[in-house]
Amino acid sequence: MKIQIKNGRLIDPKNGLDTIADLYIAAGKVVAVGHAPAGFHANRSIDATGRIVCPGLIDLAVRLREPGYEYIATLESEMEAAIAGGVTSLACPPDTDPPLDEPGLVEMLKFRAKNLHQAHVYPVGALTAGLKGARLTEMAELRDAGCVAFSQAEAPCADTLVLLNALEYAATYGFPVWLRAQDAALARHGVAHDGEVATRLGLPGIPSTAESVALSTILILARETGARIHIARLSSAEGVALIRAAKAENLPVSCDVGIHHVHLCENDIGYFDPNCHLMPPLRSQRDRDALRAGLADGTVDAICSDHTPIDEDQKQVPFSEAEAGATGVELLLPLTLKWANETGADTPAALSLITHRAASILGIDAGHLSIGASADVCVFDPERPWRADAAALRSQGKNTPYAGMELIGRVTHTIVDGAVVFEQK
Amino acid sequence: MWLDPANPQLNRNGELHHLLSLEGLPADVLHQILDTAVSFADVTQRDVKKVPLLRGKSVFNLFFEPSTRTRTTFEIAAKRLSADVVNLAINVSSQTKGESVLDTVANLSAMHADMFIVRHAASGAPYMIAKHVAQDIHVVNAGDGRHAHPTQGLLDMFTIRHYKGQFNRLRVAIVGDILHSRVARSQIHALTTLGCPEIRVIGPKTLLPSRVNSLGVHVYHDMREGLKDVDVVMMLRLQNERMNGALLPSAQEFYKYYGLTEDKLALARPDAIVLHPGPMNRGVEIDSSVADGKQSVILPQVTFGIAIRMAVMSILAGN
Repeated sequence: MKIQIKNGRLIDPKNGLDTIADLYIAAGKVVAVGHAPAGFHANRSIDATGRIVCPGLIDLAVRLREPGYEYIATLESEMEAAIAGGVTSLACPPDTDPPLDEPGLVEMLKFRAKNLHQAHVYPVGALTAGLKGARLTEMAELRDAGCVAFSQAEAPCADTLVLLNALEYAATYGFPVWLRAQDAALARHGVAHDGEVATRLGLPGIPSTAESVALSTILILARETGARIHIARLSSAEGVALIRAAKAENLPVSCDVGIHHVHLCENDIGYFDPNCHLMPPLRSQRDRDALRAGLADGTVDAICSDHTPIDEDQKQVPFSEAEAGATGVELLLPLTLKWANETGADTPAALSLITHRAASILGIDAGHLSIGASADVCVFDPERPWRADAAALRSQGKNTPYAGMELIGRVTHTIVDGAVVFEQK
Repeated sequence: MWLDPANPQLNRNGELHHLLSLEGLPADVLHQILDTAVSFADVTQRDVKKVPLLRGKSVFNLFFEPSTRTRTTFEIAAKRLSADVVNLAINVSSQTKGESVLDTVANLSAMHADMFIVRHAASGAPYMIAKHVAQDIHVVNAGDGRHAHPTQGLLDMFTIRHYKGQFNRLRVAIVGDILHSRVARSQIHALTTLGCPEIRVIGPKTLLPSRVNSLGVHVYHDMREGLKDVDVVMMLRLQNERMNGALLPSAQEFYKYYGLTEDKLALARPDAIVLHPGPMNRGVEIDSSVADGKQSVILPQVTFGIAIRMAVMSILAGN
C-alpha cells in the first residue's frame, strides 16, 4: 500500500518541520517528504488541503478496561475511540481486574490489541502485586512481556519502604516508574479539591498538600535511588513548583497533566456534576493557571487524556459516590488545540505535547515523521467546529464534562503503520 | 419544566420548584416563605389544625439516612395541609439490595407522588434526584451530607425574625462543628441573603472548613471573644463520632472551650437568644441551665419548624 497525502500543512515538531508539503508512505514507513521518490505510484491519494498532517498522537493514559471491566468498555470500543481521536500509540494503566501484574495478562492484552490492527498499545505494568503496595512484581519478566513502565495507577503506595524498594529494583534495570503523587491519608474520604467549592457544597476535601507531600517523598526517593520517575496527572501549583525545582537540579523526572485539568477547575463542579468528579480532583483556578504555565515553560512534558470510560450507573449517583474519571481520548486533540488557542502557544508546540514528547516518556521511537519512521499519521481539520455529543462518542463511556460543547479541530484520517485505520465520513 | 441552570430550584418565573439549598435564593423568596409561615403558625395554634391546601396530594418522605425529628415534623406539616403521607426509611431496605437511588425514585414516581422529601448522607443527592424526577414532582431537601438543610435554616431565620424583628442590625454567632454541618451552611447563606451584617463562626480549626472565610463570615477560635455583644447564638450539634478522635481529643475539652455555659452567654448582649437545631448533647455543646434558661428559644424553634415546612410545601404545590 502506497499513500500520498498531498497539499497538507505538514507539522513534525520533533524535526522542526512546519510547511505545506506532500507526505509519501510505502510499506508502512514514511518514505519521502515534499517530492515523490522515483517510481512512486500511490495506490491512494488523500487530499489534505487546508488540513494539518502530523505524527499520530500518543496518549499516556487510556483505560481500555480489559481485562475485567468488559461490561464498562471493551478493547474494541476504546481502540475505535482512540483512532477516531487520531491516537496511534497509547499507554494503558495497570488498574484492570486483575491488575497487569502477570506476564500472561500483558501478553494477552498485547495480542488482542495487535489483532485489532488499530493503535499500538503499550501496557504499563503493576509496580506491586495486585497494586496492593506490598510485594514487588516480576518487573523484568513483565518488561519482556511488553510493559514499558511500572506504576501503581490510582492506588498509592502507602508504605514508604515498599516504594523505596520498588524504585531501587526498577532502577536496577533502568525501568521507568510512573507515579501519581497523592498521599493516601491526606486524601482519605476526599472527593473534591479542598477549596472554596468543597467548602460551599460540603464535599469532603482532598487538599493540595496530598499531592505536594507525596511528591516531596517521591522526589527525595528518586534522588536517593536514581530511579527514572514520571509523575502522572500533576494537579496543583505546589506540584508544578516542586517539579520545576527537581528539573533544575537535573533529577531524571518528567510529568504529565490530564487534559481536563488544563481547562477545568473546581467551579465546573457546579451543582454536583458527577462528570467533574475526577482524580486527581479539579483544583482551583490558581492551580489550573500554574499547570498552564508549566506547559508553557516546559516543566510539564506532556498532556494525556486520562481516558476513563465509566458505566452510566456509576455516574448517576450522588457526586461523592460516583466513580471518578472522564472519557477523553477522542477529545485530546481538540482540547489541546483549545489550550494553544487560549494561551497563544503555536500549533507545533501544542502537538509536541501529544506526540514526540509523550513518546520520549514512553521510551518508544514514535511521534515523528522522519524518513524511515513507522507511518503513524494523523490528519485533521484545524478549523472545523463540531459538537461533542456524548451519545456520538465511540467510547463506551459517555461520561464527559464537555457533553454538548463545541470544539474546534477534527481528525479526518488516522494512519497506523501505513494503513488508513480511521476516516471521518 | 424549564429550570434555571444557574439555580436549578427556580422555574422560568423565578419561583421555587424544588427546595434544594438556600444558597442563591433571592431575598424575596425567603421572605415569601417566612411570611407564609406566619399564617401557618396561627393554624398550629387552632383547635382544628388542618387546612386543605394539599388535599389529594401524596408526599413521600424519602429518608436514606435515619432521622426521627425532621421526618416527623415534615409528616405533621404535610398532614396539616391534608396531604397523604408515605414514610420510607430506605437506608436498610432496598439500598442494601443494590437498588440505586434513581431506581427507587422511579418506582415511587410511578406511584404518582407529588412531592419527595429527601434526606441522604451524600452531599448533593437531592440535586441528582431533582434532575431525574418527572417535571411535576417537587423535591425538598431534608438534609444532604454536609451540604444543606434548607428547612432548618429557614426555621432558624423565622425564629430570629420572630424575636428580633429584623436581620440588618444583628450580630450572629454560629458555634461548634461547622465543617460537618449542613445546618451551618444553610444558616450562613440565609443570613447573608437577608442582610445580616456580621456573621461569626466559632470553633477549633479542625472543625472549620478550609475556606470558611469564602462564605463571608468572621472566624473566631476563642468563644469568649466571639460571643462578645452578639444578638443571636446558634449552637450546633456535635456528632458522637467526632468527640474522641483525630479532630477533637474529648467531649470534656470541647465543653470547656466551646460549650455554651451561662458565664460565656453573659458576654453576649443581655437580650441575646440561643438556638439549637436539636437533638442536644447537654454538657457537651450546651449546658442544661442555658438550654432550659430564659434566653433559650429551642422549643419554639421546633414549633416554628412545622409552620415553615407547611409554608414550603404549600408554596411548592402552588408554583
